[in-house]
Amino acid sequence: MEETRVLAVEDVSKSYGRIDALCGISFWVEKGEIFGLVGPNGAGKTTTIEIIAGLRSPDSGSVSLLGLDPQRDEDRLRHHVGIQQQESELPERIRIREAMQLFSSFYGSTVDWRALLERMGLSDRLDSFFGELSGGQKRRLFISMALLSDPEVILLDELTSGLDPQGRRMLWDLVRDMRDSGKTVLLTTHYMDEAEHLCDRVGIIDRGRLAALGTPAALVAGMPGGTRVTVTPGRSLTNDVLDQLRGIEGVTGARLERDALVVGITSGRVLVDLVGLMSGLGLDLEDFDVERPTLEDVFLSVTGRELRD
Amino acid sequence: MRAARNALRIGRVELLLYFRDHSAFFFTLIFPLMLMLLFGSMWGNSPFEGEAFGFIDFSVSAFMAMVIATSGIMVLTTNIAAYRERGILRRFRASPASPVAVLLGEVIAVFAVTIAGVVLLLLAAIVLWGVRFWGSLPEFLAAFLLCSISLAGLGFIPASLARTARGGLVAANLLYFPMLFLSGAAVPFRMLPPFLKGFAQALPLTHAVRLMQGVWLGGSLLDYPLELAVLVAVMLAGLLVACLFFRWE
Repeated sequence: MEETRVLAVEDVSKSYGRIDALCGISFWVEKGEIFGLVGPNGAGKTTTIEIIAGLRSPDSGSVSLLGLDPQRDEDRLRHHVGIQQQESELPERIRIREAMQLFSSFYGSTVDWRALLERMGLSDRLDSFFGELSGGQKRRLFISMALLSDPEVILLDELTSGLDPQGRRMLWDLVRDMRDSGKTVLLTTHYMDEAEHLCDRVGIIDRGRLAALGTPAALVAGMPGGTRVTVTPGRSLTNDVLDQLRGIEGVTGARLERDALVVGITSGRVLVDLVGLMSGLGLDLEDFDVERPTLEDVFLSVTGRELRD
Repeated sequence: MRAARNALRIGRVELLLYFRDHSAFFFTLIFPLMLMLLFGSMWGNSPFEGEAFGFIDFSVSAFMAMVIATSGIMVLTTNIAAYRERGILRRFRASPASPVAVLLGEVIAVFAVTIAGVVLLLLAAIVLWGVRFWGSLPEFLAAFLLCSISLAGLGFIPASLARTARGGLVAANLLYFPMLFLSGAAVPFRMLPPFLKGFAQALPLTHAVRLMQGVWLGGSLLDYPLELAVLVAVMLAGLLVACLFFRWE
């Protein structure tokens, strides 16, 4: 098992002056997975990723990346780990071609940067100045730069923040391509839907602490209350009916919210019995709705507050 | 070795960027030339009374010092402060180019610009006024190199301390403009009123101008111990501040 572990973060803490940015974070990342650190801005995601990349030193705790210590082996890791940083820029008037040539020349061997830009949909911008690119194009350029050395591990900090839905989906596809070509991806995001759709496993991070860790499906399944079924029955219901619903195995609760009937169930299998009983009782099922909890709900439940943006 | 190669690569690109930045281009290459043409057309280059040299003979090296100061203080400081604020240094730091290579590349580009500015002044002075050189070439080159390194070191002080690009620009301006007009670089020193001459002694550029002029007119480096000491001290101070306070973001 050990050799499939690409990254191990153990009990890492970091403070800036009086502010504790990280208070004892531990997690690991397996080879070939997309791991997401999810949390609000200021939760400590960027600090974590910068410590992993060797750009910052932890106050305590240890990091092992590809079996190396990012602090001691920073130079060696640069060739095996690509990073796309938040809030990094290039000079306004450098041409894309010049930037890619320059950064390629820093690595001993690189993949063909023209092919990279082609895949990122930037091959028609070779002669543009950096300052002329849109936000999404800049992001894709920086991802290309992170991929220049054909790294085994890719760190992506706030991959899609500030992009339109189309741009986000394009980047999601690129990240999946990276995984499918055998690379390991660690990304941070404050979008819960991004973590849920893109990541194989996520760590929910809040105020410098890891609040939950697991696959999105497992985190969601572990939510108390589970899936919610809502229906507007079309007639008034007696307590007797509610009790009958509660009697079904797998139903965690049934109550009325205004004219809507809300039933909590533990899994989709319960739906068969539930629908059977409801139609037997003659309830109107026209707006029958099944709502699974999302990571957003998980975040709310493990941190006790809404995700602020 | 690899750092040196990377520094050259970065320097080459920085030089390209420099030519795309019209204000840096104007202030280092055009402005000193304009001042020399202006004063030169007023006073010509006929020898001063009792001297072998005229105004241009005397001043061309002072204008060279002006180019050095503009590159070392204005261009270097504002570039580095802006690069830090915009996260460009961050981006370089995450690449295999060492941090030292990035700064060295910047210095190489600025030095190349200085040489271009100096050559331009020299060509104009030769063609228009047949300027003459009395000193020893190796000594003059040594003085030129020392002044370049020293004033770049001075530029690294605000570049290291400034928190924002705007702060860097303000600090560079505060250092640069008084020095420019009081040191004898842009305006001949003898035109200054006495109280300003006293103040000018405190400016590093004054010493750079005096050293360059002295060696140009036939003096030896060792005739200028005070100037040498001040320039070396400024260089060391810049290095010290950069080592202690330089931040990447």
